[in-house]
Amino acid sequence: MTALRYSPGDKVQVREAYPPGHVRTPFFVRGCVGEVQEIAGVYPNPEELAYGRDGLPGVPLYRVSFKQSEVWDGYDGPITDTLVIDIYEHWLEPRT
Amino acid sequence: MTIRRHHDMGGLEAGPVDASEHDYAMWEKRVDAIVKVLSTPDRKLLSTDELRRGIEELGPGVYDELSYYERWISSATNLLLEKGVITVDELGKKMAEVEARWTKDREGAE
Amino acid sequence: MSKGHSHDHADYQPDIEDFPFSERMVMTQAVAELIVEKGICTADELRQQIELMDSKEPALGARLVAKTWVDPNYKARVLDNCAKAAAEIGIDIGDIPIKAIENTADVHNIVVCTLCSCYPRLLIGLPPDWYKSRAYRSRAVKEPRKVLEEFGTHIPDNVEVRVHDSTADLRYLVLPARPDGTGDWDEQQLARLITRDSMVGVTPAKSPEDI
Repeated sequence: MTALRYSPGDKVQVREAYPPGHVRTPFFVRGCVGEVQEIAGVYPNPEELAYGRDGLPGVPLYRVSFKQSEVWDGYDGPITDTLVIDIYEHWLEPRT
Repeated sequence: MTIRRHHDMGGLEAGPVDASEHDYAMWEKRVDAIVKVLSTPDRKLLSTDELRRGIEELGPGVYDELSYYERWISSATNLLLEKGVITVDELGKKMAEVEARWTKDREGAE
Repeated sequence: MSKGHSHDHADYQPDIEDFPFSERMVMTQAVAELIVEKGICTADELRQQIELMDSKEPALGARLVAKTWVDPNYKARVLDNCAKAAAEIGIDIGDIPIKAIENTADVHNIVVCTLCSCYPRLLIGLPPDWYKSRAYRSRAVKEPRKVLEEFGTHIPDNVEVRVHDSTADLRYLVLPARPDGTGDWDEQQLARLITRDSMVGVTPAKSPEDI
């Protein structure tokens, strides 16, 4: 069993990292603070799979919810609008 | 350094969504089939993530110039070359053969 | 045409509509022939794979959604494990997990893949061109309400718009809300209201007066 670092309800911050290779964390959400909504499972690491390796051990994947108004300056919609993004654990940091 | 890669386009300015569509051509379905067949668990000659990495590495100009399945076959072919499943020479010869055959067929059909 | 070609590649002649051919079409053909000649796969396998994808179409997803509208227990099972629930009605969605997300009176869901074009293809077929376009992939995350308006969909301000960016190992299927005025409709009738676009979340399901 892979130990899970986060649980639903936890506040997390997406790492502000900009590696040049293949990653699955969108540019626009890096540095943003969100809330873990759900654990989506454990999957081989795509950043390894992309280079022909096996991606093991697997990485926990979380569905993280963000307030649109906190992701975009001047978001043009109600404050209640949200964005849910699937993010692998190594891209998240705890935020208290 | 804040590198934003070309395919990573969420939030960028863009024009209205053009909702017009085309039916997939047989060659596009064939690209799809090649990739799926090569990535079955018993073969593992390709993975989705490798295919995506290869598409991203086509670079900004080519990425936008090619259609969706053109990007797919470009990436898949590069991967097959890298992995030694096919060689450059085999590919070049086969492409020349296919082109000659199709040109002849097309002339025959006219 | 091409009766003179004796082996597998006769199966791969381009369709008339594929003319004129491009460099990548030639490359596709060449790769297909090479992997068959090398015994990596057979021409039949490639053909079967094409047939499999041709069999995947929005009607499958519509059948599943219609059942969730009439059977709350089934809906719960779809939300819990879409692959298992799909298998119950004879649909094989393969091994990439699909997550069903439900539109309610308070939440409207819309799906995009900003990094590539991930799509629940084994449930509703290959994606439309606009789903893969730069415009949709760029804008759906930042101005979803404007994008929705471009599809003729107005979501009132008291309803949350929830955008799902399909970045990883899940694919998303929106369960649109059941339209009013369909109280006595059966699953087959209901399925006619459920469009591909409504399962991506850019439109609601059709109303009875639309069909």
